Amino acid sequence: MEKRAVFKSWWLPILFALPQILLILLFFYWPAIAVMKWAFTLEPPFGGVAEFVGLTNFDEVFADPFYWNSVAVSLIFALCGTCFTILVGLVLAIAVDRRLPGSGLFRFLYILPYAIAGPAAGMAFRFILSPERGLMASVNAAFPDFWNPAKYGAHALILVIVIFAWKWTGYTFIFLLAGLQSVPRSLTEAAAMDGAGPIRRAIDIQVPLLAPTLFFLLVIMMTEGFVGSDTFGIVHSTTGGGPNHGTEVMVFRIVDEAFKGLNYSGASAQSIVLIGLIMLFTFIQFRFIEKRVHYK
Amino acid sequence: MIQRTPIADALTYLLMVLGFILLIGPFLVILAGASQTLQQINSVPFHFLPQDRFLENASAAWSRANLGSAMINSFIMACLVTVGKVALSACTAFAIVFFRTPLKHFFFWIVFITLMLPLEVRVVPTYAVAADLFQPFRLLISALTGIEVSVEWNLLNSYAGLTLPLIATATGTFLYRQFFMTLPNELAEAARMDGSGPVRFFVDMLIPLSRTNMLALTTIMFVYGWNQYLWPLLMITDPAYKTTMMSLSALLPSENSLPDWNVTLAGSLIIMAPPLVVVAVLQRWFVRGLVATEK
Repeated sequence: MEKRAVFKSWWLPILFALPQILLILLFFYWPAIAVMKWAFTLEPPFGGVAEFVGLTNFDEVFADPFYWNSVAVSLIFALCGTCFTILVGLVLAIAVDRRLPGSGLFRFLYILPYAIAGPAAGMAFRFILSPERGLMASVNAAFPDFWNPAKYGAHALILVIVIFAWKWTGYTFIFLLAGLQSVPRSLTEAAAMDGAGPIRRAIDIQVPLLAPTLFFLLVIMMTEGFVGSDTFGIVHSTTGGGPNHGTEVMVFRIVDEAFKGLNYSGASAQSIVLIGLIMLFTFIQFRFIEKRVHYK
Repeated sequence: MIQRTPIADALTYLLMVLGFILLIGPFLVILAGASQTLQQINSVPFHFLPQDRFLENASAAWSRANLGSAMINSFIMACLVTVGKVALSACTAFAIVFFRTPLKHFFFWIVFITLMLPLEVRVVPTYAVAADLFQPFRLLISALTGIEVSVEWNLLNSYAGLTLPLIATATGTFLYRQFFMTLPNELAEAARMDGSGPVRFFVDMLIPLSRTNMLALTTIMFVYGWNQYLWPLLMITDPAYKTTMMSLSALLPSENSLPDWNVTLAGSLIIMAPPLVVVAVLQRWFVRGLVATEK
């Protein structure tokens, strides 16, 4: 990095970086610090005097059973979404990487759902997986009440996970395909010469070499599931957190608490816990999973 | 491959077709539903065949959700976010890579940390900043001089409010940084020998050379800007600034009559279309950009 520094001006780099630095300070660091401050104070956020209350806000948050419900819902949402997108993305990437006639077209098509906003997808899936019409209506006609996301929280949770998974599978697919294509051709060809069939090669050579990509996607998708903008958008537009808090993920609860309940301190305390959780996940993933990952 | 593997080939095609049904199937259902009549869409089982009513349904959706102005607003928002991100990313990366300055590592880290905290977890105070933009400056001035100033400015109901907080993260800076690092050192040296200054080098050499990165980042950021949901919901109360994502709820079928999901689906298809077109057209660069930014 050092050898590259060619120009000597001291003020020009500052001038070039200044617009972004200013924006980041104003709209990123200032709010990030404010969230820390609000979590430990009780204050009307738009003026007035803040009162330091220590961990009271956190005590209140933790005493609320609905809070723990949102933690569980978020965990299920993020875990299921991550597993699905990575597994399906992996299978499709291995299939497309075999470069049979037509696989280029499939590659082109698989990526398209990534372009769709979670809320727009949510709107469409409300119809596609509605209990009365669309694809599930016939199933429901045969087995009444088999599928009803408006009534059962668990069904609603499945619905929002399906939307999330639909949108993000193309994304994991891109990375896994890129990873597979960087596996040296000579390696798989040598295995083929030794008589290993395509499935054997996938399991014994390709997947182990993908470990770094898989690990990276695990971190990214868990974060996306927990705090990604689609998570809020899908839940808000599709189920509104219901029925009976069944799809109330943590981000949804934070926004609800702040802008509907006007409880800024509680929402900030929840934000802090969420940030802590993300960091904990990332740490655990690095600590325990990365050890098993072999970088090239 | 050297082997002939008919069974594995058949299995591969089977998997690819399953993937197609899973990932493209929903589009086909939306397309079929959006082109049917009210009776057809409400019939069980679902008709998978598209009909000829798409234009009627689309125009009904267009006027019901006032999509004309919403599409323009979303387009402006997505373009501003894209242009802002691309321009600022290129400039910051230039400052980080091509200069010897003690502030380099400070720039790098201050930018890097922004990748970890998405808007959703700091949305409450970010809203407060946007609603009272000068609060930090007022506090700074009163802390430094003791003078209480009472200038106020809010970004609610404005394109600046819609876009600035979204531009304020560093995605893209690393894409550019990575690209600049791969350029041979001799390039900048030669430019310097020829007597062109850093600004000239940036404009005449770096910008044209980074066209691929620019297209990649453009695709990613257009999708990101167009698909914003929570932030416009908070920033905008004036219907004149409504974005397409905010019009989605207006598209929901009414409860008391036979639900016209055909109109809803046609409307959501219109809203999905622009980023879909951008990704389809720029896919090659988009994929390159994604793989390069995140890793």
